[in-house]
Amino acid sequence: MSDASTISQAPSRLQRATDFAFRGLCYSFAWLSVLAVFFIVLRIAFAAAPAIRQYGMGFLTTRTWDPNQEQYGILPEIWGTMYTSVLALGIGTAFGVAAAVFLSEGYLGEFVFSILKIFHVEFHPFWGKLPERMEDILKNLVELLAAIPSVVYGLWGLFVVIPLIRPVCNWLHLKMGWFALFGTDLSGPGVLPAVLVLSIMILPTITAISRGALVSVPSKLRMAAYGLGATPWETILAVILPTAARGIFGGILLAFGRALGETMALAMLVGNANSITLSLFSPANTLAALLANTFPEAEHKEVGILMYAALVLLGITLAVNMVGAFILQRASAGSEGGK
Amino acid sequence: MATSDTPGNSLLSALPGAPEINPFDGVDFNDLERSLRRPRTLINLVLCGLVAGMTLMALVPLFSVIWMLLWRGGKNLSLALFTQLPPGPLEQGGGFGNAILGTMIIVLMAALISIPLGVLSALFMAQAPDGSTLASAVRFSAKVLTGFPSILAGVFAYGAIVLATGGYSAVAGAVAVSILMLPTIMLTAEDAIRMVPAKMKEAAIGMGATKTQTAIMVLLPTAFPGILTGIMLAVARAAGETAPLLFTSLFSSYWPFSGHQLNLMQPTASLAVLIYNFSGMPFKNQVEMAWSAALVMVLMVLITNLLGQALSRNQVRS
Repeated sequence: MSDASTISQAPSRLQRATDFAFRGLCYSFAWLSVLAVFFIVLRIAFAAAPAIRQYGMGFLTTRTWDPNQEQYGILPEIWGTMYTSVLALGIGTAFGVAAAVFLSEGYLGEFVFSILKIFHVEFHPFWGKLPERMEDILKNLVELLAAIPSVVYGLWGLFVVIPLIRPVCNWLHLKMGWFALFGTDLSGPGVLPAVLVLSIMILPTITAISRGALVSVPSKLRMAAYGLGATPWETILAVILPTAARGIFGGILLAFGRALGETMALAMLVGNANSITLSLFSPANTLAALLANTFPEAEHKEVGILMYAALVLLGITLAVNMVGAFILQRASAGSEGGK
Repeated sequence: MATSDTPGNSLLSALPGAPEINPFDGVDFNDLERSLRRPRTLINLVLCGLVAGMTLMALVPLFSVIWMLLWRGGKNLSLALFTQLPPGPLEQGGGFGNAILGTMIIVLMAALISIPLGVLSALFMAQAPDGSTLASAVRFSAKVLTGFPSILAGVFAYGAIVLATGGYSAVAGAVAVSILMLPTIMLTAEDAIRMVPAKMKEAAIGMGATKTQTAIMVLLPTAFPGILTGIMLAVARAAGETAPLLFTSLFSSYWPFSGHQLNLMQPTASLAVLIYNFSGMPFKNQVEMAWSAALVMVLMVLITNLLGQALSRNQVRS
């Protein structure tokens, strides 16, 4: 009798009380994290309210930034944000999806396997694991690109990319200066170095999400295509990529969101010039870089203006991210249903 | 058994009186051979090469960054860098000891804010019944924060902390950074708690444990490696963040002490902001120091990352 009561017993009053308190704590922390997001958005919106009242929508469509005359407009920054992000997205998508295909098809493993075969060690207990190991290493290397802090990319862009591409850019300007993209020469920071570094930074996002989408394509589709006599690449282009297209597109949108909000690399490389330009070599500015460069020295009045700019950036990135997350959710639901 | 030229013949000849039909008539067997002279196979090979080349090209920047860090950053690495204060313009020598300490203080404080909030919210999400509105609202806000631009966390902390307390401080920096850590911790912790085998949870409830006892004595210890992985990844990200610190903790050329007391309410140096500030200076000593600081920061970030990944290997899976 006494044994049973020591092994199991109803919770004491104290245990009930702690249970109640702990569950209450979890519940309130859950509420707190939802409210935190609301609070963040509202705090920025309220701080921007006076500037919104004073400058209205004209803020978004004018291009002067003159604290002395109290004239403010962020059209060049909006243009710069979009221009750099779209260009970086183009480069990042091409290389990111290529890397995703390379990783999901296991080409490196096959290649290492065929080399091992030459030496007749393909089933050796140590060497036989090499193809798989190499695949893992390659995957981790691509992920490592995302682990490097953006300020380090900025530093690298400043001291490696700009000196490297400057002669090429200036030659292009000299020979093809009539072409709008090469309209100016590269004197230092500019759109092109910023775009190059930005595309490297968003590549791991695109690769990781695209690879997930490619891997989750049911293998019977691939087998069916092979059975019909398609070559591996005909299968990839006509079956695998279209099936995974929605997931890849969601990944590209999330990468676009990252590119729009990326700050440090752009603040260091884009040149902070308040101008709207098509030229790849001339300096420009982006919303995030404007905030990073102007905020530390802003007067009280200017802070309100910058809050307005921050709100615009918040609106753009939130919209892009939500659409991306929504598409990804539908894509993963769709691929589960297809299995 | 009659041997024949084509495999089909033996089967057909089994039927008595059937006419001799060769199903492979008119098929040129050389045509079925894989030949690189045919455009289809050639395109296949070219595309394989193209994709391999593009993947390798995508990795060139990574090796370039690592090489530059080791070469330009490692060249000047010395003990003095870790113990001394940043040099003024045109001054020689110096170090970034205060920035390393500052980064650690800010990340530690940010972790103290975001770990309880993240883990307990995750516990709530994982325990909530399906279709709970609050749980999906929490998940939604975590997803929103995942794509939140880091500079806006700084803008928020400026508005909420710097303006309210009247000055730049390590606390404001920590609040900004904790916003960026929160989604990683929350989403990985929720996954890890959901991974705990249902029978372990049911066994605890069957023994008469309260929900709290189940959570603290069964769920959290079992999910611990997974939760720790999320925390490590978040810390690694936080240590490298610059944008949220630019106008919250600002920068300082001094140790974060006033007298002998740690002072969290004054501008505090951090490695990331030091790299940003020094990279734009026209002095050679400062630029070289920025590279060394970048090497130290990347090492800190990578080691934390690797620790986190190593921990995720011994995770219990249902």
